[in-house]
Amino acid sequence: MTRIFVARDAAAISVGADRVAIAVDREAKRVGRNIEIVRTGSRGLFWLEPLIEVEVGGRRVAYGPVAPSDVEGLFASGMLDGARHALALGIVDNIPWLGRQTRLTFARCGVIDPLSFADYRDLGGGRALERALSIGAGAVIEQVTKAGLRGRGGAGFPTGIKWRAVAEAPLGQKYIVCNADEGDSGTFADRMLMEGDPLQLFEAMAIAGMSVGASHGIIYCRSEYPHAIATMREAIAIARNERLLGARIADSQFDFDIELHVGAGSYVCGEETALLESIEGRRGQVRAKPPLPAHRGLFGRPTVINNVLTLAAVTTILTEGADAYHSLGFGRSRGTMPIQLGGNVKHSGLFEIPFGMTLGELIDEVGEGTASGRPVKAVQAGGPLGAYFPRSLFDTPYDYEAFAARDGLIGHGGLVVFDDTVDMAKQARFAMKFCAIESCGKCTPCRIGSTRGVETIDKIRSGEGVKENIALVEDLCNTMKFGSLCALGGFTPYPVMSALKHFREDFGPAPTRLQAAE
Amino acid sequence: MTPDSGQNFAPWSEDRVRAIIGAHASNGASLLPILTAIQNEFGHLPEEAIAIVAESLNLSRADVHGVATFYHDFRRAPPGRHMLKLCRAEACQSMGGEVLAQCAMRMLGHKFGETSGDGSVTLESVYCLGLCACAPAALFDGQPVGRLDEAKLQALLSEFRS
Repeated sequence: MTRIFVARDAAAISVGADRVAIAVDREAKRVGRNIEIVRTGSRGLFWLEPLIEVEVGGRRVAYGPVAPSDVEGLFASGMLDGARHALALGIVDNIPWLGRQTRLTFARCGVIDPLSFADYRDLGGGRALERALSIGAGAVIEQVTKAGLRGRGGAGFPTGIKWRAVAEAPLGQKYIVCNADEGDSGTFADRMLMEGDPLQLFEAMAIAGMSVGASHGIIYCRSEYPHAIATMREAIAIARNERLLGARIADSQFDFDIELHVGAGSYVCGEETALLESIEGRRGQVRAKPPLPAHRGLFGRPTVINNVLTLAAVTTILTEGADAYHSLGFGRSRGTMPIQLGGNVKHSGLFEIPFGMTLGELIDEVGEGTASGRPVKAVQAGGPLGAYFPRSLFDTPYDYEAFAARDGLIGHGGLVVFDDTVDMAKQARFAMKFCAIESCGKCTPCRIGSTRGVETIDKIRSGEGVKENIALVEDLCNTMKFGSLCALGGFTPYPVMSALKHFREDFGPAPTRLQAAE
Repeated sequence: MTPDSGQNFAPWSEDRVRAIIGAHASNGASLLPILTAIQNEFGHLPEEAIAIVAESLNLSRADVHGVATFYHDFRRAPPGRHMLKLCRAEACQSMGGEVLAQCAMRMLGHKFGETSGDGSVTLESVYCLGLCACAPAALFDGQPVGRLDEAKLQALLSEFRS
């Protein structure tokens, strides 16, 4: 019996992983070989997907990217024995792109069947909860604080402080809410984790629950992730069966269960207070802060609301220790960050490393430049509200403060690469347009400002009063930045202003060179 | 998940609406899951359903209408037999997503947010499917398709339109 691993991750499926798995099964039957196909999450080496891994002598040998039509040839040349082939990549752990990473949060993702509790246990699953139960609630919060964990959703708020505020709130109903509304273009780490290692997320939420005195958890996942939703539904049933969730979890005195709440298409619901409104059944309109959700959150009760990656990091902190976690990183950004390389990049995928690598290393060495082969012109860091970085800022280390110092943000860890055919005035217009489409409408700078922004950039692009209108856009950006209620209106100026600052030559009548390039 | 295609949608039934509300309300669920379940049943949110939901949950029709129009997923008219949701966000833009969007409109003969005259395909914009490492990407009847180009899109559409 030979075990063969093929990803069931949505991105792997989008390029044919299901068809490859079927072809492997069919070919094995045809040639009479006894195999077992294990469907895993993805390793995150997406330019190599669909990737096949074959277990040979306890190690996994990889082949990719495989098309269904390659399968017959792979079998014929001895893939089941790890033989050489044009698509062979060698021992998977030795692939430099993977070897260079520090996979903590994603250690099991791409390795195990996400719906096998036994696989989860074998690779350390459950140990974090065990330790949390043995050291007690206060000590868990102390560990999280000491590790220096900050919110991975984008805001970078210290997680330990949030948890302590909820723990110190008077007894009564409290909630753990997991923000899985990963709406930023260029980000897919939450999706990969939910599809590839959902039990880790549940374990982390249970730890948060026992630490702050909450027995009810809610995962708010966006509807654009049907595969993640399906996997988590199955995983919740498994976790209940194995008593990771439910009454008296892991034989302790704590009860903790999770409800999956699916969004309905709204970017602004990724903002924590809009998300709470949405769970409560209303329009996803942002609430004014204070009060903070830690004091008055879901249904007015104290609520921990954390991103998927933030919660998942807690399991590492508890198994490896706060000091070990804190020893990784850069400046005030501690631990690892699963960075997501997307868009026009040759080596696209998920790359988990300690903070501190420079943007240039990430794009030129890890990503190896563009997929199109043309020069990199700009990198948008941190989703649709993130700044566009030119090559001249490639020395910026990957760190919350360093990015902020350059008028940008790391956000949820997405990096979207653009080649030299991009028209940055068009991208600035899109940022305003996106804000107009997704604005919740509660505050004026965001609701009206974004539409005025689109109109004014249109004037600039058609050559109408370019200088005056650029000044007007800059003024508008200031109003939005300082006058908006939340990050949607407040951060839309980042992509717009960075495009204006670093790529001023693109603002004016649409250049003919771009039409030629298209 | 109900596949995002119009083939299996039920005809209007007030009893079904009340049954859906009943099933969800007993779990203490809120408005969003109820509206989602109604849309999964009928393919859209019929006006009659809005009134029944409002009455059952003791909300005003304006409240329910407000929620139904806030979220992009909710439709007020039935979709086509197939649903193409093409990603229009930055990562897909960087890989020629906008050229592809123009192709899609040309192939189908209509704009985004519309359904073809023969009722075969509804074309919608979506802002990120988390498939940014395999851009440009789309969901076709709920199935992810990545590394799209004009030829792949043509093949996909002609397979299902014939």
